[in-house]
Amino acid sequence: MGTGIISRRVYLSSFSWNTLGFSVAANILLPWKSHFGQLLTRTVHQEVNVIESKTPETDDQAVLYVHWPYCAKRCTYCNFNKYVSESVDHERMAQCLETETRTLLKLSGVKQINSIFFGGGTPSLALPSTIERVINTVRDKVTFKPGSEVTLEANPTKLETERLRDFKTVGVNRVSIGVQALNQNHLNLLGREHTVEQSISCVKKAGALFPGRVSVDVIFGRPKQTLEDWRIELHRVLSFCDDHISLYQLTLEAGTPLYRWVKEKQCELPDSDTMADLYSEAIQILGDHGFERYEVSNFARNGAQCSHNWAYWRGMQYIGVGPGAHGRFSIQDGGGPREARIQTPLPDTWMTEVENRGHGTRKSEPLSNQQRLEEMVILGLRTIEGIPSSRWNRLSRNQDLISVFGNSEKVRNMVENNLLYLDESGLRASSHGLMVLDSIIPHLLNVLEKNITVK
Amino acid sequence: MLTQFKFIWHQGVLKRYIQKSLSRRNLLKHTRCFSCAPTLNEKKKVIPDLSQFPVENIRNFCIIAHIDHGKSTLADRLLEVTGTISKSDKNEQVLDRLQVERERGITVKAQTATLFYSYNGQSYMLNLIDTPGHVDFNYEVSRSLTACQGVILLVDANQGVQAQTVANFYLAFEADLTIIPVLNKIDLKNAKPEVVMEQMKNIFEIEPKDVLKVSAKLGTGVNELLEAIVERIPPPKADVMKPLRALVFDTYYDQYRGVITDVAVIDGCIKKGDKLQSSNTKKSYQVQDLGIHQVDEILTHCLYAGQVGYVVMNMKNVKEGQIGDTLVHEGSDVQPHPGFKQAKPMVFAGVYPTDQSKYDELRSAIEKLTLNDSSVSIHIDHSPALGQGWRLGFLGLLHMDVFQQRLEQEFSANVIVTAPNVPYKVKIFGAKNIKMYGGEEVTVLNPCLMPEQEIIKEYYEPLVRGTIIAPDDYVGEMTNLCLGRRGVMKEQIYIDSKRIMFTVILPLNEILVDFYDDLKAVTSGYASFDYEDHGYVPSNLVKITYLLNGKEVEELTMINHVTTARTLARRVCLKLKENIPRQLFKISVQAAVGGNIIAREDIPAYRKDVLAKCYGGDITRKTKLLKQQAEGKKKMRAIGNIDVPKDVFITVLKK
Ligand SMILES: Nc1nc2c(ncn2[C@@H]2O[C@H](COP(=O)(O)OP(=O)(O)OP(=O)(O)O)[C@@H](O)[C@H]2O)c(=O)[nH]1
Ligand SMILES: C[S@@+](CC[C@H](N)C(=O)[O-])C[C@H]1O[C@@H](n2cnc3c(N)ncnc32)[C@H](O)[C@@H]1O
Ligand code: SF4
Ligand SMILES: [Mg+2]
Repeated sequence: MGTGIISRRVYLSSFSWNTLGFSVAANILLPWKSHFGQLLTRTVHQEVNVIESKTPETDDQAVLYVHWPYCAKRCTYCNFNKYVSESVDHERMAQCLETETRTLLKLSGVKQINSIFFGGGTPSLALPSTIERVINTVRDKVTFKPGSEVTLEANPTKLETERLRDFKTVGVNRVSIGVQALNQNHLNLLGREHTVEQSISCVKKAGALFPGRVSVDVIFGRPKQTLEDWRIELHRVLSFCDDHISLYQLTLEAGTPLYRWVKEKQCELPDSDTMADLYSEAIQILGDHGFERYEVSNFARNGAQCSHNWAYWRGMQYIGVGPGAHGRFSIQDGGGPREARIQTPLPDTWMTEVENRGHGTRKSEPLSNQQRLEEMVILGLRTIEGIPSSRWNRLSRNQDLISVFGNSEKVRNMVENNLLYLDESGLRASSHGLMVLDSIIPHLLNVLEKNITVK
Repeated sequence: MLTQFKFIWHQGVLKRYIQKSLSRRNLLKHTRCFSCAPTLNEKKKVIPDLSQFPVENIRNFCIIAHIDHGKSTLADRLLEVTGTISKSDKNEQVLDRLQVERERGITVKAQTATLFYSYNGQSYMLNLIDTPGHVDFNYEVSRSLTACQGVILLVDANQGVQAQTVANFYLAFEADLTIIPVLNKIDLKNAKPEVVMEQMKNIFEIEPKDVLKVSAKLGTGVNELLEAIVERIPPPKADVMKPLRALVFDTYYDQYRGVITDVAVIDGCIKKGDKLQSSNTKKSYQVQDLGIHQVDEILTHCLYAGQVGYVVMNMKNVKEGQIGDTLVHEGSDVQPHPGFKQAKPMVFAGVYPTDQSKYDELRSAIEKLTLNDSSVSIHIDHSPALGQGWRLGFLGLLHMDVFQQRLEQEFSANVIVTAPNVPYKVKIFGAKNIKMYGGEEVTVLNPCLMPEQEIIKEYYEPLVRGTIIAPDDYVGEMTNLCLGRRGVMKEQIYIDSKRIMFTVILPLNEILVDFYDDLKAVTSGYASFDYEDHGYVPSNLVKITYLLNGKEVEELTMINHVTTARTLARRVCLKLKENIPRQLFKISVQAAVGGNIIAREDIPAYRKDVLAKCYGGDITRKTKLLKQQAEGKKKMRAIGNIDVPKDVFITVLKK
């Protein structure tokens, strides 16, 4: 654990968690929830470990996302903003990333950066010196406490594995490795460049370099994936992984080869029930090995949760630097409204803009109060802590969660059916609710839209 | 729709028609000479002086045909050849301007266009009306005919005479109009002009020598057709010196200008500033603008006897725009035109605002749209579950679909449409009951309002007389299909050496949804079908209700013949299962007759519905997606805690 991060139990006794995966709010205030009392007796209390930044959620701090837009090859499922280029101009890109980092830090007026995340694309293909220059820019301009989380996404090819030590040297202290699958056929279908063996050796080497701070990305719901294969695969992942696993259900993204194949019926994804089985099984198996699902697709043990991602889910400020990067921050020392910002997506255009006018921001739009609350619902509910009342009330001063959601028949129904918990401490999804969140949230957004007075 | 007499081979009538059309050709010899037509084909459009077109130089005609035989495409060519629009490959059914027409590639509204055409040193004003071919929009055809003296009867040279060709022929024939028979699509490799002309000879007694041949696609034969229009169709019988009579044959609503009326000026003339009076309402209006339709509206100063155009007169109240009305000059006591027969709706469905607070908006949208579609009948309806709404009568399911789509596209309305049903009748007994229902015979437009079974003496269901035209190879399959639908076969007539025209009496309920699809399926697509009202017969009917988690779904209540009730109920339950998306809760689907469950299905709850990755970068996209879903949810019908997509009530009926 980094020194900037502490681990503590989330909002007091109102929060509990049981091994069945059903959690129950302890202080029952709303009449329709009275029957929870029975459930409560079955509840096995267990502490939920949620890391939280020591510092409060204020606008003079932010986290920084840096986008490296290049990959060696396109994966068949991926529609991220990434480009395959014969000749990446490393020097030029490094220069531009530095400039943009400086520009946006200044614009945002933040005094402190709490974490940095190098994502992509494939940032493990960037030169360590590039990474170093960005980190140093941050250190030069604002407070960046020693030990603050610096994550780098890495693909487990041999080349990149060999560079891990250099990345560590320049300040990276956490890596997220795209293992995706331990089945060579699946890796081929997904268009990955590495082999199963290379993945394993990369994770092991990373584990030695960054003990307790290595994450692996695994994609499930692949064509023809069976529950039995998945069990074996997960156990195998558990045999070499560190303390953090991200499990992503394969999503069909329009415009990707995989999307086309599925549309043309050349391959088929597992049906919705199988997806549910695969996911439930993973929760179970990972749970047995001490991994807790702290967000829909993120699992950690020994306090290894990703502090950077928590910042997103908690609606804190983030600055996005690099082609196509998104950001959410207010300008002028936290005085102005929170803005949604996006950088120009094409790398060459982005660089030219940064060189010519000092920044590559394509669009910035102030977010209304309602939009911020919507994002809070969408992101917050994905986590086990949900939306604590304290966070909600900071944005919605005259209407607390109960007054916005408590009177809705729909919400009441979901509470009665143990999908949601709503009480004075906050709003959150049950374990079952987390599985079907995308069916729940649209209802909540409608209720929010209808009831919120300060738009 | 076909009328009964058309199956009786009435030689006399046909002979008269042929003589008539021949003698009309001579009429033209007496035409007078007039100055040149204005050139309208250039960019700078001058206001045309319509006084240059006396009655003798006017031809008013419709293009009528079976669906897809190329009416609108022919209209494109006529517009191009006369220079009304410039020639371009991009001109595809330019008169089909409604979004629903473009999307579906069919005409649903008759559309007028005025063409100017010079022939033998004379300038003519040709008023063309492109009509829809589908039987559901037949009312458009019959109304358009009243503004015309002739028709182009278009027949696809490959498909030959089809059911709506026959129906439309008789509409024109009964209206005493000159018929110009035209074979279209002669460019097609497998066109069979000889066979088709034989059919036309057999059914309509049209001599092959009178038949023109065109390719609307390529423009072949279009000049000859224009000549024939001038030569064969008589000018309107109209007198510009008589007091004004203008028949309103179509109306539509414009947000800024109010009700706009399309008129055929029978006598007299209308000019800007005139005070006009409606013969129906006696209300007076001042003419603000008037003109003719080309593809767009073209302003003119006057409209003269025999001409067809539009009139804007600050009519803000939608209810005052009535088709069939005669406009006269204020204070005139001239005899109005008798107007039109009301359309007879075949199917009824409840239409409700998805959100009750939008009731008034929807009412105004329905009023405005029915102004442009007067074949829809309107009855107030209300239901405990759906609130205030209407029971609307349509000419068929396509009509209903199109109406709903137009409400949504042209008026941004958001509606729930219930499962459609045919109008049933019941005889009830008991003095008290009869008093309550206001008579011994009750017409049931809404199945939910069917009187209790205990007080019903007898049920009646509506019949239709259907006409099917198909190759004789399929007689067996067609007979089986009709018998399976409780049909009774009547006549069969050969229309050429291969093709048969059948008459069959069928319960309307049996042909409502998929009869035509099935017919096409068993005849490899060769059959065509048309039908008309054929009265009521006593029948053995039951009411089927559907329940979702025990809550009744009013929109789905159905009345059906007892013998097929269970099969229908099973099919609908299964369809509900397939069409209601899985949700957060398990759904039990049941069908009941009386208190008995006759079919059931379960829809399991969603077990997983949450997408994988969500981090800072894609929150914008994710939010957009979820907001879209939230919008979608708003448009659904909530039954208990279940969200049902609105179109389910109709899709469940389809195979
Ligand atoms: N090959 C060929 N195709 C034609 C010709 N005329 C029309 N078509 C095609 O036939 C189809 C139907 O044409 P439309 O003009 O929409 O037919 P319609 O009679 O107006 O149809 P409805 O208004 O829906 O009854 C279109 O695909 C046309 O391109 C022709 O002369 N030759
Ligand atoms: C965009 S990649 C960037 C990091 C690196 N290039 C890699 O591939 O590991 C981050 C992660 O997103 C996940 N991902 C990308 N596209 C996805 C999709 N269509 N469905 C599910 N997960 C996806 C993959 O698991 C991947 O590891
Ligand atoms: S998954 Fe990673 S490596 Fe593959 S294309 Fe996407 S960003 Fe590049
Ligand atoms: Mg058409």
